[in-house]
Amino acid sequence: MNSSVLSTFVAWLPHVQLAHFLVLSAVLFAFGVYAMVTRRNAILVLMGLELVLNAANLNFIAFSRYGGLNLDGQVAAIFVIILAAAEAAVALAIVLNIYHRFQTVNVDEISSLKE
Amino acid sequence: METFDILFYLFAVITVGSAFIVVFSKNMVYAAFSLLFTFFGVAGLYVLLQADFVAVTQILVYVGGILTLLLFGVMLTNKVISVDMKTGTINTIPAMVIAAVVFGSLAGIYYATWSTVAAPPANLVSTARPIGEMLMTAYALPFEVASVILLVAMVGAALIARRPKKLS
Repeated sequence: MNSSVLSTFVAWLPHVQLAHFLVLSAVLFAFGVYAMVTRRNAILVLMGLELVLNAANLNFIAFSRYGGLNLDGQVAAIFVIILAAAEAAVALAIVLNIYHRFQTVNVDEISSLKE
Repeated sequence: METFDILFYLFAVITVGSAFIVVFSKNMVYAAFSLLFTFFGVAGLYVLLQADFVAVTQILVYVGGILTLLLFGVMLTNKVISVDMKTGTINTIPAMVIAAVVFGSLAGIYYATWSTVAAPPANLVSTARPIGEMLMTAYALPFEVASVILLVAMVGAALIARRPKKLS
């Protein structure tokens, strides 16, 4: 990396602004994508999905704060939380069914749609 | 450096560190419990962003509901005899490339576009009342649809997870 870019980045770091929250949410998003791609266990894939949803929520609320204290972003974040709860319940039910049928929840071993 | 900055870095370190454990830990139970700290860290960041109602909702729904569900999933889909609960990884190299590209492009765009946005002055009032009013006026239809979605998800999850009845 270019050293002048690095020094401006380090000088930018201490004063927390909008971009700090956004970069943090990018970190969470990348971790979530990594977990979804690498994990074999379906439940850990779901955990990666929760990380991605949290990253999106953090973006919503950061823009809501720095965009003039408009509460629309917070309402959108609440709807994301509602959908995450519904998604987790249904996904866990599907995973339990898969476990009863195949005796495993490793996503790379479950490739048949029908027994 | 003000208190706000110190608190931000504290919560950022908690969030990113526990998310790192979630992603890279071999033990599923460790991953599930460090997801708890990730949710708490994100809730702290919500408080810093003056979203107190969303922060409390985050703790109630994610920690109280979703994390408990995930822990139940961990317990129910592992044989009780296998104490270690280890799990493997696949596609490590492509995933690293994908995650690095996603993070690099997102962070680059964020840093280039919004690196100098000043915060509007703080307005320290509770957000619960205006959010409730918005849910009943401007967002009434999405609110009702979300309630129907929750009902359908609950009924569907109960129906899917139930073991089929034995035909007598």
